[in-house]
Amino acid sequence: MAERDFNRRRLLEAGLVALPLGAAAAGAIGKAGVPWRPDEAAYPLAVDEGKSYNFFSRAEAAFIVAAVARMIPADELGGGAIEAGVPIFLDRQLAGEFGQGTQWYMRGPWAKGEETQGYQSRMSPAQMYRAAIAAIDKDTNHAFKVVFARLKGPDQDTYLKRLETGDVSLANVDSKAFFILFLQNVIEGFFCDPIHGGNRDMIGWKLIGFPGARYDKRAWVLAFGKPYDLPPVSIGGRPGWLAPKN
Amino acid sequence: MAKRLPKVDAVAIGFGWTGAILAQELTDAGLNVLALERGIWRDTETDFSTTFAQDELRYRYRMELFQRPAHDTCTVRNNVSQTALPMRRLGSFLPGSGVGGAGVHWNGQTWRYLPSDLTARSHNIERYGKAVVPPDMTIQDYGVTYAELEPYYDKFEYLCGISGQAGNINGAIQPGGDPFEGPRTRGYPNPPLDMPWGPAMFGKAAASLGYHPFPQPAANASRPYTNPLGVQMGPCTYCGFCEKFGCGNYSKASAQTTILPVLMGKPNFTLKTSCEVLKINLAPDGKTATGVTYIDAAGQEFEQPADLVILCAYILHNVRLLLVSGIGKPYDPASGEGVIGKNYAYQIDSSVDVFYEDKILNPFVGAGALGLMISDFNGDNFDHSGLGFIGGGYIGVLQTGARPIETHPTPEGTPKWGGAWKKALAKSYLRCATVATQGSVMSHRSNYLDLDPTYRDAYGQPLLRMTFDFQDNEHAMSNYITARAAEIAKAMGGREISVKPRTGSWSVVPYQSTHNTGGAIMGTNPKESALNKYLQSWDVANLFVMGATAFPQQSGYNPTGTLAALAYHSAQAITTQYLKAPGQPLVQP
Repeated sequence: MAERDFNRRRLLEAGLVALPLGAAAAGAIGKAGVPWRPDEAAYPLAVDEGKSYNFFSRAEAAFIVAAVARMIPADELGGGAIEAGVPIFLDRQLAGEFGQGTQWYMRGPWAKGEETQGYQSRMSPAQMYRAAIAAIDKDTNHAFKVVFARLKGPDQDTYLKRLETGDVSLANVDSKAFFILFLQNVIEGFFCDPIHGGNRDMIGWKLIGFPGARYDKRAWVLAFGKPYDLPPVSIGGRPGWLAPKN
Repeated sequence: MAKRLPKVDAVAIGFGWTGAILAQELTDAGLNVLALERGIWRDTETDFSTTFAQDELRYRYRMELFQRPAHDTCTVRNNVSQTALPMRRLGSFLPGSGVGGAGVHWNGQTWRYLPSDLTARSHNIERYGKAVVPPDMTIQDYGVTYAELEPYYDKFEYLCGISGQAGNINGAIQPGGDPFEGPRTRGYPNPPLDMPWGPAMFGKAAASLGYHPFPQPAANASRPYTNPLGVQMGPCTYCGFCEKFGCGNYSKASAQTTILPVLMGKPNFTLKTSCEVLKINLAPDGKTATGVTYIDAAGQEFEQPADLVILCAYILHNVRLLLVSGIGKPYDPASGEGVIGKNYAYQIDSSVDVFYEDKILNPFVGAGALGLMISDFNGDNFDHSGLGFIGGGYIGVLQTGARPIETHPTPEGTPKWGGAWKKALAKSYLRCATVATQGSVMSHRSNYLDLDPTYRDAYGQPLLRMTFDFQDNEHAMSNYITARAAEIAKAMGGREISVKPRTGSWSVVPYQSTHNTGGAIMGTNPKESALNKYLQSWDVANLFVMGATAFPQQSGYNPTGTLAALAYHSAQAITTQYLKAPGQPLVQP
């Protein structure tokens, strides 16, 4: 564990973002971040797994990489959020339609409201990530003299738990509202179809035993207790089926 | 300036289940029908193909098939002391948008309501005395009986090819079916789906406790089927992508898979998509609808005259259009007077997870209505004497697909992220069965719909305002049936169970169910209801309002079977009675 922390920190210090690359990219790419065109019947194209971020700045990426590694860590069961490509998934989502909140009702007037009234921030998801990450790094800089990414792992966990319970006061952002959105998006990135840039090599599905986009499961309905023995498959196919990369 | 179009015999506002049913029946009767749908055209082979339909992020979490709050939403609050705020993103319920409406992304759980559900007020008072209905509980009888609706339930079940096991055929109780159901004239058109291990263990445990498990009636075809219109459906492959998804396999009944192949080819039917009705227009006397005003995707406004206006949108939009159009007297919770917006209701759910140490349940093998249920604690199927509540709910194990972003069963005390969460989920995902309850919500004086004074939609019209909370009756009922569910869960022989009751106020955040009801209810007189037993407006005789909008309170069953039966019942009255004397009320107030 200590060694992994050390390695990640070295990468971050070197100005690199720890992103495992090398999984096959399946196809064309939209900067829009959604691999389909809303309201059009369209076979989705896979998100570009490329090396660079479209949305996150270097400092933001350092926070994201550090935080998601604590939220879904690599362990003896297998890879975690980093290995699944969650940072790139988040980046592509926030750069696209989801990040802009184009489907949400975003007219005022604005009020905090009750918890039972749900999301009431003026910010789109992209704006909220931007504001929250800046405020978190400012807060940890003030309290611990380092940005979040440079805290020790257990201290990062403690800080994330405080965000989760709303026990941190951040400028302009409700920390609990941010954490709810962030955790949901991280989970999406770990378990979504790989065409969206997360769940790389279907490691999220392999972890729990979900078979993916298979659509005929009749043979298993009455086979009580029989493990599903076919490997998972993505909408974009399986790695072995893809054309070689250019 | 609105452009005036040639008159049509009938215009349908909204083109989901009820729009398709009414259009099919009215065109069969020779009427020239126009349907206006504010969403887009969607069909199986182009939009729900099995080569890309199984995309949980796109359809569930980016909400591809649902109404978009940016376009239209409602404001919500728990009571009148709060300021209602807009539902900025969807959560608790997921109204549909586009051809087929919410009937595209439903699960297919197709129930008949109990005979006593339809007479909730008089039945409960007769059995338990007047005190059982407190003054602020505003439940009513439907004004139509189960016996009157039976042929129309039957018609919808055969249209959809429902897979199930009858429990009561003409009064004779059938083994393996629901012995509490109202008598039906014949069995379901298709046999039940095969039951996986989780539901099977529930059935065994429930039977061991003396209850009566039976297969959930499913609009997921258990075998190839050709419906009475000649439309063919394929057998369900248990892919597990029903609710929140379109079916790529022609197995889940929807307007697309049961009616549209016939309806779309009729010369006397026209569908216009991306056309949003802004208002139902009234003659100067306020008692006759002259047609509708709608706006197309290019922003052009049209006035569409029609002899008959059929309101077929989702319940919340139905109520909003009535209010915006000035039809009927708006409900006032302070005085209890008025009818539009009255008796808004919902459902209340809970669950109990059963964790096994070593049983592999393959929960991803699923279908929207794949499960074994009991009705022993639904409606008034059990003695409520001394319980302090009325109503009830179903209890059962439904195996709908355990899609991986959404389904994270972990034992009590597990954190929501981190290494411990990951380990617990990896161990539990394949080894957990969930006993679900879905309970009734009675109508109460303080739960209602009206127009929001502040927030507006994309066209500048007021949003609907929802004032709703779970009342004592609902919490008491849900706690009671959740305790029964926990007893059955314990009998299922797992390592441990985790009880998840529904506590506190209703919240717009977590998904619960798209079973909103009421707001323009049916009944026996215009003082207490907006619609007569044929869903005809008491105020505007050539206006009929479809959907769960008409339910005076919500039962513990899913609403689609009943709202479809009411639609067929209404269509029959229109074609056989109303058209002989157009513009006249079918029931004298």
